[in-house]
Amino acid sequence: MNDKQSINEQSVDSPERRRFVSAATATAAGLAIAPGVMLYEVAHGRPEDQAASNAIRWGMMVDATKCANGCNDCVTACSTENGWTPVAESKHPKQAPQWIRKLELQDPLTQMEYSLPMMCQHCAEPPCVDVCPTGASFKRADGIVLVNRHTCIGCRYCMMACPYKARSLVHEHLNDTQKADVPRGIGCVESCTFCVQKVDRGDGTTACVEACTAAGHNALFFGDLKDPDSEISQRLRELPTKQVRADLNLNLGVRYHGI
Amino acid sequence: MASITFREVEGSSLKYWLLFGALGLFVLLGALAWNHMHHYGHVVTGMDNQIVWGLPHVFAVFLIVAASGALNVASIASVFNKPMYKPLAPLSAILALALMAGGLLVLVLDLGRSDRLIVAMTNFNFKSMFTWNVFLYSGFFGLVGVYLWTMMDRSVKSYSKSAGTAAFIWRLVLTTGTGSLFGFLIARELYGSAMLAPMFIIMSFAYGLAIYLMVLAASYAWTGRPLGDAVMMRLKSLLAIFVAAVLYFVVVYHMTNLYFTKLHGVEAFILRDGGIFTNLFWIGHILIGCVIPLVILLTALGKQRTWIMIACALIIVGGMAQMYVTIVGAQAYPLDMFPGLVEKSSFFDGVINSYTPSMPELFLGLGGVAVALLMTTFAIKVLRLLPASLDDATVAKLEH
Repeated sequence: MNDKQSINEQSVDSPERRRFVSAATATAAGLAIAPGVMLYEVAHGRPEDQAASNAIRWGMMVDATKCANGCNDCVTACSTENGWTPVAESKHPKQAPQWIRKLELQDPLTQMEYSLPMMCQHCAEPPCVDVCPTGASFKRADGIVLVNRHTCIGCRYCMMACPYKARSLVHEHLNDTQKADVPRGIGCVESCTFCVQKVDRGDGTTACVEACTAAGHNALFFGDLKDPDSEISQRLRELPTKQVRADLNLNLGVRYHGI
Repeated sequence: MASITFREVEGSSLKYWLLFGALGLFVLLGALAWNHMHHYGHVVTGMDNQIVWGLPHVFAVFLIVAASGALNVASIASVFNKPMYKPLAPLSAILALALMAGGLLVLVLDLGRSDRLIVAMTNFNFKSMFTWNVFLYSGFFGLVGVYLWTMMDRSVKSYSKSAGTAAFIWRLVLTTGTGSLFGFLIARELYGSAMLAPMFIIMSFAYGLAIYLMVLAASYAWTGRPLGDAVMMRLKSLLAIFVAAVLYFVVVYHMTNLYFTKLHGVEAFILRDGGIFTNLFWIGHILIGCVIPLVILLTALGKQRTWIMIACALIIVGGMAQMYVTIVGAQAYPLDMFPGLVEKSSFFDGVINSYTPSMPELFLGLGGVAVALLMTTFAIKVLRLLPASLDDATVAKLEH
């Protein structure tokens, strides 16, 4: 008893102890906040109460010359990140959602083969947004095309309107496959979100791009198309790219090189 | 002009209640089908991410198109001032309302989230043809309802022509809207054409009148009321003109497509290589839905009541085949994202998509038809919609 009391009295009264506690608190607080602040500044992470800005346009570049035939890493990464069941594991493959898929293309005359990922092209003039009766399909100020999970009535008109077959209807109950930050729901339509949860966190990239880079293919690049200094803008300046169905003049957020 | 006596059908016979019960049974089966689809999701249907609109849309769009066409008889009476059609107008209006209700029910119960109907009623995107249709359908109920009221209530009879004209213009806009649901789509090669709107209008004339004639003949035959040849002959000639016009539009539509090289693939699919869709087009739509009815209606066969009924039934069957080809066939043909290249993927790119309708889809569609017929059956029992007699003498008096 006496020993304890003496320690307590000593600690309260001790100036050394007091200085140590203040310094430690300040250091801990600094250590906790600093990386967040740094990340925010580096990767444009967006606080929840701040609206998406049209000063940014998120976009992707696909270098089809580097996209490996038979590699499915981008698709796997997307399904893991966003919680949709890979088609190979689905009991109903024709009804299973696929946010991204690998397209194998062949010119029947020359036998030239290409391989590339196909997903929502995040059009500046999205036909899915035009046709949606409730406004559930919408384009964010930063160019990301999304579906509002609360107002989608599952009419599938957007699926009829999309020239890229980018959208899927959730045909069955989603048991335990959902991710906390990627809301999904039976009877609603969904598609690639450019990993909006990662973008808003400030990761500055998407799961498919990370996977492609990790595999060493470097066929995918993600970034701000409006920032002339971003890696994607620089690459798009150097390499000729095309938009799929450019005749529709939808001003796509995804550009392909080598097609 | 001689006056016409309208009278409710008695509706107390066993035959009436059997009909009522049979239709009720199909409504119940439709409700069960919806419950099944809603509970398990669209996984229990034949629809998938390739064929996103299936048999329910075929039924729904057919009923909605036929609904606006069923109103034609009334429009001819009041807008074009043909006295012979006046006694036929109330049935025409009620049938239009009933078919519209049946079609809309199927459409909304096939939604992925049919429980969110209120969202569709409260959130609008005015660039969407669907949103426009929500207003066109609601307006149709309102205008045709008022029109029916002006026909049945003597105190407001003087407004009948104005109400009829408004309803007529509205129905033309409505079918333009229905055709434009497809006409305003850029992605699919068979859509994205202004031709679809007028083509849907002329199809509505034919399908609506065919259904009207069958309902009219059945109600008179089953209630023992006289229905003279004058009415039937006039209406069947009109029907022949409508069917010929459908044929004309279909020929022009496909000829236009055939002229554009980029559409050769999809046209070859529908007209030659599409299997079930090619059969439904040539045998279902063209032969059964147009050519045979035209032969019946324009030859001596068309003077017999039974053959007119057969022609009407064939036009309806052909109309369903046409809707199936227009809606499902267009989706079965793959999207051409990379013209000239062969596409392959896990998402069924580049392949002809197959579709097998499931039982719930079929019964949901039939449920919509049953709702329309049940409403009509009930309406003619409680409202004075049908003239007591439409024999030739009564009708002849109207024209003098």
